[in-house]
Amino acid sequence: MTRYVAGRAGQAMAAVFLALTIVFVLVRITGDPVILFLPQDVQPKDIAYFRHLLGFDRPLWQQYLSFLGGAVRGDFGQSLRYRAPALPLVLHRVPATFQLAVTSLGIVACLAVPIGIASAARRGTLVDHLGIMLTSLGQAIPGFWLGLMLIWVFGVWLRWLPVSGYGDWTHFVLPSLTLAAFYAAQVARITRSSVLDALGQDYVRTARAKGLHEPGVLGRHVLKNAAIPIVTVFGLNAGQLLGGAVVTETIFAWPGLGQYILNALLGRDFPVVMVGVFLTSVIYVGLNFLVDVSYAWLNPQVRFG
Amino acid sequence: MLGAAIVAAAVLCATFAPVLAPYNPTLAEFAATLRPPTSAHPFGTDQLGRDVLSRVIFGARISLLVGAVTVFVAGVIGCGFGLLAGYLGGWLGAAVMRLADVQLSFPFILLALTINAVLGAGFRNIMLSLAVAGWPLYVRVVRGEILALRHRDYVQAAVATGAGSGRVMRRHVLPNVATPIIVVSTLQVSQFIIAEATISFLGFGIQPPTAAWGTMVSDGRNYIFFAWWLSAFPGAALALTALGVNLLGDWLRDTLDPRLRT
Repeated sequence: MTRYVAGRAGQAMAAVFLALTIVFVLVRITGDPVILFLPQDVQPKDIAYFRHLLGFDRPLWQQYLSFLGGAVRGDFGQSLRYRAPALPLVLHRVPATFQLAVTSLGIVACLAVPIGIASAARRGTLVDHLGIMLTSLGQAIPGFWLGLMLIWVFGVWLRWLPVSGYGDWTHFVLPSLTLAAFYAAQVARITRSSVLDALGQDYVRTARAKGLHEPGVLGRHVLKNAAIPIVTVFGLNAGQLLGGAVVTETIFAWPGLGQYILNALLGRDFPVVMVGVFLTSVIYVGLNFLVDVSYAWLNPQVRFG
Repeated sequence: MLGAAIVAAAVLCATFAPVLAPYNPTLAEFAATLRPPTSAHPFGTDQLGRDVLSRVIFGARISLLVGAVTVFVAGVIGCGFGLLAGYLGGWLGAAVMRLADVQLSFPFILLALTINAVLGAGFRNIMLSLAVAGWPLYVRVVRGEILALRHRDYVQAAVATGAGSGRVMRRHVLPNVATPIIVVSTLQVSQFIIAEATISFLGFGIQPPTAAWGTMVSDGRNYIFFAWWLSAFPGAALALTALGVNLLGDWLRDTLDPRLRT
């Protein structure tokens, strides 16, 4: 178990290092951040000055090494716009996104998993058809449009809920529903199929044959075996929520990481973009690591296989 | 079958847009701005007096073209690398897999958005961004299939008769991974269509005044408090198209490859 976890941790570290490299390549090789940031009509000597000031006139390998060295110390350079270290600026935005993500994951867990189980347990009935219809819709409706339509119905038309900003629990309802919808559909689908898969196994027939009542069969035998794919999709989605947060936070003016990254992209403040994208991938890799560890806990075959 | 019908309708709209659209999609009519849906303008008019229905019909062109082209490009790159990683293996294969894994450790939409911001907006760049962000999925699928295939008797037999790697891959391996590739591609089409619309909505990708669904919803966002039809109809067209493609993909998967059923 320890060796398995240590191995996974090593892989996660390697992934973080490579992510750092990709972020560097993405921003430095594809264009000169200074030219991209400064206005079109700027003087060449100002460009040269800025470039020297920020170290962009050095050879690329030197820039890369100092970037890595800085990253290890948590120093990702200054925001071009705010003239302040980029990392604290971005970190400052993490709690709001975290709260939104946790609320959404809560909605996904409380809504999608029961729908998936009910769909599978009553396969072919009205409940199942309704569940499938709902999940198909959930996967097809784009988040930005869902958000706008929710604003229109609950904010403009019914006037029940606030449509933007951060505040008490009423501010959480629309953004977290918007963020949760797509993932809830995905998780419900995977829950249905893995429960169906487990229901077809021999041990379920045995459990039924020995007279175990249906809730017991579901709870004791089916769910435990169906859990692995559900945990996988759930964990991976937790990371994708951060991508969805860019859209949701923008629509609802939510003061989080996603909105900050988008504004940095629009303002071409690439040091901030680098930190934001890198931080996202670190959270993502961390979640994958937790998913891997939970595999070992759920399924002894993974531990020793 | 519902899926096929929806997709066919979208393709028809895109192909015959100039015939089907009642008005010129870029023609501004300042005497009739922000009109709610009427019989003359079933989807209403926008802030410049342009007919929303005509713009929605023309918008199908952008969405379907972007979906089809990006899936093709990402598919070709991903399958090529997947064959390399799965069949040849070695350090090159391992390197490709690492790269794919790392790319998969960024949220897809954020990666595509960042690449697009670096490359710049526009029709060609949005397709490039989506393809560059989207290829790793194919590598995963193709490599997984090939690892299962390469020890099959007919592949071993082909190798034993002296066929080179290129021939074995082309004649024996590729035809057998075609089915999962087709299924994954169909489902990817809707993901790419939604991603394009999302990126355009956020201010990158396709720029106004081109009639694209994402940009139209974005325009309508400013008028959501008194002109719901501006964003409601293009978004509904987008959701319906994505639904159609997904249903078609599910149907293809169930028919072609029962193993992949979820």
